[in-house]
Amino acid sequence: MASSYNAKEEDGHHSGASSGTGLSKNKKPDNTAFKQQRLPAWQPILTAGSVLPAFFVIGLIFIPIGIGLYVTSNNIKEFEIDYTGVSSDSPCYNCAKNFTWNTTEPCVCTVNFTLLQPNVFMYYGLSNFYQNHRRYVKSRDDRQLNGDLSDPSKECEPYRKSGDVSIAPCGAIANSLFNDTLVLYYVDSNNSKIEVPLVKKGIAWWTDKHVKFRNPAGNGNLTLAFRDTAKPVNWAKPVYELDPSDPDNNGFINEDFIVWMRTAALPTFRKLYRIIQKKSGTTPTLPNGNYMLNITYNYPVLSFDGRKRMILSTISWMGGKNPFLGIAYITVGSICFFLGVVLLIIHHKYDNRNTNSN
Amino acid sequence: MLRRRLNRWFGGEDRRVGSRTIYVGHRPCPANEVFIPPKFCDNRIVSSKYTVWNFLPKNLFEQFRRIANFYFLIIFLVQVIVDTPTSPVTSGLPLFFVITVTAIKQGYEDWLRHKADNEVNKYRVTVLEDGRRIQKESEKIKVGDVLEVEEDETFPCDLILLQSSRDDGTCFVTTASLDGESNHKTHYTVPDTERDVESLNATIECEQPQPDLYKFVGRMHIYKNNEEPSLRSLGPENLLLKGATLKNTQSICGVAVYTGMETKMALNYQGKSQKRSVVEKSINAFLLVYLCILVSKALVCTTLKYVWQSKPGQDEPWYNEKTLKEKETNLYLNMFTDFLSFMVLFNFIIPVSMYVTVEMQKFLGSFFISWDKDFFDSEIEEGALVNTSDLNEELGQVEYVFTDKTGTLTQNNMEFIECCIDGHQYKYRDASSEVDGFCVTDGPMNTVQQKAGREREELFLRALCLCHTVQVKESTEQGQGQDGRIDQVDGLMVDGQVVPPLQEQRGFIASSPDEIALVQGAMRYGFTFLGLESKTMKILNRANDVEMYELLHVLNFDPVRRRMSVIVRSISGETLLFCKGADSSIFPRVKQEEVEKIRMHVERNATDGYRTLCVAYKHLTAEEYDQVDSGLREARLALQDREEKLMAVYNQVETGMNLIGATAVEDRLQEEAAETMEALQGAGIKVWVLTGDKMETAKSTCYACRLFKRNTELLELTVRTLESPGKRREDRLHDLLLEYHKKTVQDAPPAKTRVARNWSSQDYGFIVDGATLSMVLNSSSENNLHDYKDLFLQICQNCTSVLCCRMAPLQKAQIVKMVKNSKGSPITLSIGDGANDVSMILEAHVGIGIKGKEGRQAVRNSDYAIPKLKHLKKLLLGHGHLYYVRIAHLVQYFFYKNLCFILPQFLYQFFCGCSQQPLYDAAYLTMYNICFTSMPILAYSLFEQHISIEMLLENATLYRQIGKNAMLRWGPFLYWTLLGVFHGLVFFFGVWFLFSNPALQDNGQAFGNWSYGTIVFTILVFTVTLKLALDTRHWTWINHFVIWGSLAFYVFFSFFWGGVIWPFLRQQRLYFVFANMLSSVSAWLVIIVLILLSLLPEILYVVLRKPRGPYARQKLVQSSAGGIQSPRSSARPLLMRTFSDESNTVS
Repeated sequence: MASSYNAKEEDGHHSGASSGTGLSKNKKPDNTAFKQQRLPAWQPILTAGSVLPAFFVIGLIFIPIGIGLYVTSNNIKEFEIDYTGVSSDSPCYNCAKNFTWNTTEPCVCTVNFTLLQPNVFMYYGLSNFYQNHRRYVKSRDDRQLNGDLSDPSKECEPYRKSGDVSIAPCGAIANSLFNDTLVLYYVDSNNSKIEVPLVKKGIAWWTDKHVKFRNPAGNGNLTLAFRDTAKPVNWAKPVYELDPSDPDNNGFINEDFIVWMRTAALPTFRKLYRIIQKKSGTTPTLPNGNYMLNITYNYPVLSFDGRKRMILSTISWMGGKNPFLGIAYITVGSICFFLGVVLLIIHHKYDNRNTNSN
Repeated sequence: MLRRRLNRWFGGEDRRVGSRTIYVGHRPCPANEVFIPPKFCDNRIVSSKYTVWNFLPKNLFEQFRRIANFYFLIIFLVQVIVDTPTSPVTSGLPLFFVITVTAIKQGYEDWLRHKADNEVNKYRVTVLEDGRRIQKESEKIKVGDVLEVEEDETFPCDLILLQSSRDDGTCFVTTASLDGESNHKTHYTVPDTERDVESLNATIECEQPQPDLYKFVGRMHIYKNNEEPSLRSLGPENLLLKGATLKNTQSICGVAVYTGMETKMALNYQGKSQKRSVVEKSINAFLLVYLCILVSKALVCTTLKYVWQSKPGQDEPWYNEKTLKEKETNLYLNMFTDFLSFMVLFNFIIPVSMYVTVEMQKFLGSFFISWDKDFFDSEIEEGALVNTSDLNEELGQVEYVFTDKTGTLTQNNMEFIECCIDGHQYKYRDASSEVDGFCVTDGPMNTVQQKAGREREELFLRALCLCHTVQVKESTEQGQGQDGRIDQVDGLMVDGQVVPPLQEQRGFIASSPDEIALVQGAMRYGFTFLGLESKTMKILNRANDVEMYELLHVLNFDPVRRRMSVIVRSISGETLLFCKGADSSIFPRVKQEEVEKIRMHVERNATDGYRTLCVAYKHLTAEEYDQVDSGLREARLALQDREEKLMAVYNQVETGMNLIGATAVEDRLQEEAAETMEALQGAGIKVWVLTGDKMETAKSTCYACRLFKRNTELLELTVRTLESPGKRREDRLHDLLLEYHKKTVQDAPPAKTRVARNWSSQDYGFIVDGATLSMVLNSSSENNLHDYKDLFLQICQNCTSVLCCRMAPLQKAQIVKMVKNSKGSPITLSIGDGANDVSMILEAHVGIGIKGKEGRQAVRNSDYAIPKLKHLKKLLLGHGHLYYVRIAHLVQYFFYKNLCFILPQFLYQFFCGCSQQPLYDAAYLTMYNICFTSMPILAYSLFEQHISIEMLLENATLYRQIGKNAMLRWGPFLYWTLLGVFHGLVFFFGVWFLFSNPALQDNGQAFGNWSYGTIVFTILVFTVTLKLALDTRHWTWINHFVIWGSLAFYVFFSFFWGGVIWPFLRQQRLYFVFANMLSSVSAWLVIIVLILLSLLPEILYVVLRKPRGPYARQKLVQSSAGGIQSPRSSARPLLMRTFSDESNTVS
């Protein structure tokens, strides 16, 4: 980059002091670099000559990065099953069709699939579900979720109170907590089902789990702590029974709940459901073979034309599978490189003409 | 006040209709009338707008009348009332800030006005009450009070002159602060009131207050000891106006007739009209475009929302039910509130902060003008003065400069150059070397080289010494020169080096600097005017004898006669009349055989650019004098048509005189006047000279200033050219106009090629005089009136320079107005130094005052004031250019950065069911314009010098590049808008593609909607700031500090804002969002690639455009170093050559 550091004479304070005699002191403008607009300045001049190397360097850096990203993304194995049950041949068709809110007996359906690649992360995905709708996004009370059960925020309406008792957790987000239960079985060669161990911890942000969400004080007894509250309308069980087996994952700090409460950016989204525990040794976490997904079908989506998916995926350093970044880097890198070449030609020609004319 | 008004309407019906009756000194009249003390308004002057208790409501009302403020208020109210996605604080806080700052500023200004009012209102005046002198505050003066005013005091209210300390019942005033006329005017006492004012018993009936300064009608009833009251008529010559100053008279007594806000000055007071710059107009136009964008965005979203909702299951899915209230609301009302909500969501596209930043930029930026040491003039010890900061950028847009001649192009510093006595030229060389004082030089046209007779010489010098209204002021202290400079209307001149040291330091005071120059000229030749004492003028002659002359009459100068005379009686009893005046007014009145030999000199002097005066004298016999004397006395006492009668006597006596000689006084050109004018013309600015002076003098000044060049073809449209035998003047005018029009407009090559080969094409100069101009403008009898004006304008616009001579002040303004309103509405600038330039200074887009010798009237009414004409060059080419580039960039950048700020938010609506869900957190929405992106652009708009000031001054042509509002036309605006749209699209969809899989962390965790917004916002802040960094050509440490500082501040703020659970927030939306974003490699990568992608076209544009830039610059440097030949080529030889070549002039 051709530039010149143009330090003009800076005769700041001393001249101001020396000229300050007599009457002229008040009226004569100070001869400081600032007031005379003569501050020393760096005056970069972007020319083809100075930008060209930058273009080549950018191109040379971006293209490898892009290729790397693209390869990484391609190496990520992803497996997806839509279990909504729209078509009649789908195993969950009946569950979806016959869904009612007040059944006591949960509908269970089973999807069989064959996995060809090993995977470690289990997501559920929803489509056409507007978690980013304004009415929905604001319908929560973070103060309550931080353990303050007194008088939930008005934003929670119409999921604020059930009769006179305030709902905990209040609001539309909490009320619509995703409550399908997904259980994965490995069907081994002699057709026996082995349940794949799923870890339900570590799926939410650490800060959310430990700072932002907190159970109300109640000496460890959540039932007591939540005794003056009602469960959300659409929930089958109260908040303190989300995970009775693990007090560290129960109540507001239940990780499934926390993950749900982080509203998705777009109407089609996925949320982390479980992490598949790594087995000891060299065997892959999820070996190839036949699997069976056992779904406790609690969550209706057909009414708004939504879809439900189960996704199994590996994760790289850049996150989940997404070819976009790699493509973007390759594209931008190539453009820069191409422009570099074009500019080089232009520059060369122009330079020649310039010298000729001189 | 109200009561008073009611009083006047209901109580004093008769008074309101006709006239008011004033009881002088509040003494009841003995006549049959019943004494009712009438009620009038008091003498308080109120120029302030507010009082303590009406400040708040009135100021708020005024502020919300501005369309922008009103818009923001509406947005704020909508946010308060309707359930909107952003909190009212986001727009309320900035609005509150703006309103408060403006209110404080206006409050302060009003406080200053209060102070000034108080100063006037509390001024101590002397009131005569029951024979005693009482000191009163000015505001307590009541109508009917008898006041005493002393010399050099201003009149506290409108007075009827009752008594003067001068014997002849006259007093002198100057009305410089009222109408700008600095000469002394004579006012007369009412006859029969001169004696014993204390016991005067009289009533005055006069008309109700009206603003015309020169009209007053009234009559006075004087009651004397039960006699029949005598009646005197009163006219404007009896009325002393508030604001005028008493001069040359020790004291006067007068009775107050109009007070306070009813004085003529107060009725004439009008605030300076607000001038708006083109940039502001552009802003408003852009604003309209953005308002349309805003409304259409809101409309699109509202429509889409209801389309989307009409699909089954979308309006109210089970997971997201409406509240009871929402369900109950009427559909159309819902639609309306939705529309308003969208408006609020997108309202950031028109940011409050832009107005704040623009105001700040203008305010702070204007300091650079007053700080500039190049504008500092050591002579008057002052720099430039900025009266308004609203027009800084207009200085970079000037297309027409209208300049006054005297005092602006020339110094108004008169110097006696030479004289001619009986056709012999006397040129003063050096007083100390010539014992005689005179030396004869052989002028080129002087054939007879011999001195005129000694008697004639002395007669001529006596004439110079006697025929004037100069007063002598003994200079005792050195500081006097300075005092005089500060605010003295009269030209004061302390004679320094010129006078031989033997003579005492002597100061002369006169209303015109010419007279001083003449008296000083005479002094050099041995005749010193010692002063006027009790009607006796004393002259020290060459033999060091004191000669005494009794001053009998002064026949004052007036612009119609263009001459003045004195009648004196010498010791020997001779009565002499001396007259001096313009050649055109003297020559017809002297014996014709004397004229020719002097005319030659006068004309040559005039072409040399000197101001010439002819001197004549006449012996008056005793009878003649008696006749004149009685005529003058009679005329002076006349009640009606006094002026006309005096004029008639003047004309009668000033005939048959003997011409003695002529004088030439040089009004030297201002320093670097020619260079400045040349630079202005190089910058594509057309310079028009508007002067009251005569054509020859003005023309030579134009040549000297190089406004007219040797190859300039002069087109003359003056009274002289109109006079041709056998033709009516109108017809001749018609012919000439058509001829010139053909020459300049039709035959001229198209404008574009002309600019390209400017050097080769024929330059035209146009000369018009006042009389002809009024014929062109006011030829109402013609039905092709419009044609004339258009023709005239087109001719003028195609000439490189135009000279308008013999202009009245109002005509100057007319010309400016005509050009201002012509096609394309060019930006005009008027520059002048005197009160007669005020009208054109006020009329032009930018008014520049020169801190010259003719008082402060022009400076006070100007937008900018500079000490010298030469400073105009830097003001326009340097400061003006930079200010324009800065503010234009500021405006475009502001619109751009808010477009790409709001566009992602708009696009997001398509993905969230058009539910007005904001993409960014409220903190980001508020802070974006206030903190994250405002400082870099402010710094840019204060310090940017895309081309250094030296370069701008050297290459005047650079000024043309920004002419015609080049950076704020629709082309650049479209470019910026498209850039904004492109950036907005890249930001939003780049991240959108990324979020097709929201699992972006290496532990498989997913990002939510606030992460989305934060990533977009981060890219936005960085891109927008780096874009400005790319545009910055001049990186001072401040730019570095502010640009990198605000980026660092953004990062710091985001960490801070997301790092704490804020107890006052119901929702912790951004809790650790930013930190988590930074922990994701994908987020980093996408931010980098999108910033680069956004800036790529910009870099490309800069690079592709630049190859010409630096080379062109280098070339310019080369050419300016060697190309233009030395700018100080002497002006006079050129001028002489030009004038010897008469063929250039079309006549």
